[in-house]
Amino acid sequence: MVSLFKMPLGDAVLTAVLGYAVVFLGLLFLMLVISAMGKLMSKKKPVPAAQPLPEERQATAPGSAGELKLYDTDPKDAAMIMAIVADSLGKPLNELRFISIKEVRDE
Amino acid sequence: MDILETLRKLALESGLAAFFTTDGGWKNLVMILIAFVLLYLGIAKKFEPLLLCGIAFGCLLTNLSYFVGQGDNAMYHPELWTAFIDEASPYYHSYGHILANGGLLDFFYIGVKAGIYPSLIFLGIGAMTDFGPLLANPKSLLLGASAQLGVFVAFLGAILLNFYGGEAASIGIIGGADGPTAIFIASKLAPQLLGPIAIAAYSYMALIPFIQPPLMKLMTTEKMRSVKMEQTREVSKKEKILFPILVATVVILLLPSTAPLIGCLMLGNLFRECGVTDRLSDTAQNALMNIVTIFLATSVGATMVAQSFLNWETLKIIALGLAAFAVSTVGGLLGGRVMYRLSGGKINPLIGSAGVSAVPMAARVAQDVGKKYNKSNYLLMHAMGPNVAGVIGSAIAAGFLLSVFG
Repeated sequence: MVSLFKMPLGDAVLTAVLGYAVVFLGLLFLMLVISAMGKLMSKKKPVPAAQPLPEERQATAPGSAGELKLYDTDPKDAAMIMAIVADSLGKPLNELRFISIKEVRDE
Repeated sequence: MDILETLRKLALESGLAAFFTTDGGWKNLVMILIAFVLLYLGIAKKFEPLLLCGIAFGCLLTNLSYFVGQGDNAMYHPELWTAFIDEASPYYHSYGHILANGGLLDFFYIGVKAGIYPSLIFLGIGAMTDFGPLLANPKSLLLGASAQLGVFVAFLGAILLNFYGGEAASIGIIGGADGPTAIFIASKLAPQLLGPIAIAAYSYMALIPFIQPPLMKLMTTEKMRSVKMEQTREVSKKEKILFPILVATVVILLLPSTAPLIGCLMLGNLFRECGVTDRLSDTAQNALMNIVTIFLATSVGATMVAQSFLNWETLKIIALGLAAFAVSTVGGLLGGRVMYRLSGGKINPLIGSAGVSAVPMAARVAQDVGKKYNKSNYLLMHAMGPNVAGVIGSAIAAGFLLSVFG
């Protein structure tokens, strides 16, 4: 399957334009399919309105300054998140103040 | 036994003598030096080390063991592969002939020639890739499409530089910034150019942090670069499971020649997302990926035989590859600018540059550049959408070129 023929420039330009169009149309079609799938999925299960969290689920993170509230978040995950944020901001953890960490769910 | 005669024979048969006694033996020396440079870049500079180390060592082994007219001890025999693709040869498409006469690297190379390794690499990439950002923002598929511009511009450039159609297609696909796809296409359409194409593809992928930022600055204003994008929606597990099945069905039905690449990419992703094949996903991401990388890299390096590598074509390919990468980046940024306008300034055009595949390096570059202009900007997840879309886009571009020239 080795292609050894010289292509006239006109044909090459046509091939290039057609090829670029095929890539665009293929991905455009895929975008429409994925968007439709996303809409169907979100229609099936409407996101429930945010409910105020019960007081008993608001645990304080162990080892913190006593202010950080964790909502449905494991203390280990919270520690990891705080470390990542501190690293990304390039600041020591003890100079940052975290008010709360809440797990966001759409279902 | 004549000891002196034996020693003389041994000396004449040695590679050291072959450098000076065989036709173009000095070229082997040059290639060995190139292999050393590539090893240095891979090990000391960490340029795509997983691949570059193997490619460089494959190149070293080939040029240490193969000299024109002295193929007995060679690990790779280019003449066997010339006969393999020559329709007039009795050994046309004869793997038996390769197995009966080849060296170790010839056997490895069968996996490249048959398209096995690139497809298996795609399986691993699929298992490693989270398509969530793409599902959360399907429009990023269009950025993946616009960033394929370099493929077709470089294809035209190669035609202008007098390459054959299939060769031009293989050179153009370097602009997809997707090593396995470039190897897949080159092994089918221009196996004689596989070495330089692979080297160009992987070298430029490693150089993305240097190639892209100046173009990003050139193509966008400071205001555009500072745009902070809104958090994307969370994607459900069901969507992630349906995605590989849908993409494989839609893309392969549209363009059957993409089946090996897209099929394996999506199979790997299904292993990752379906939740019942964790062992397979783990194997595809790690053990299998590593094994295939060893075979792919060394066998691609083996094709860098001095006599076919040291010529003007290689220099042209290196130049066209750089142009392909640059134009693809510009294409992605232009797409980003269009989206910036259409969204009323809500989309940061920098994420368009990530449409050139090279996962996740191109997305990281978009993140770094964006953060430079707005400290609170986190573009990484937004850039991952076009980044993984670029993988699908370059596979579609490859499928198109295969249908035209295959």
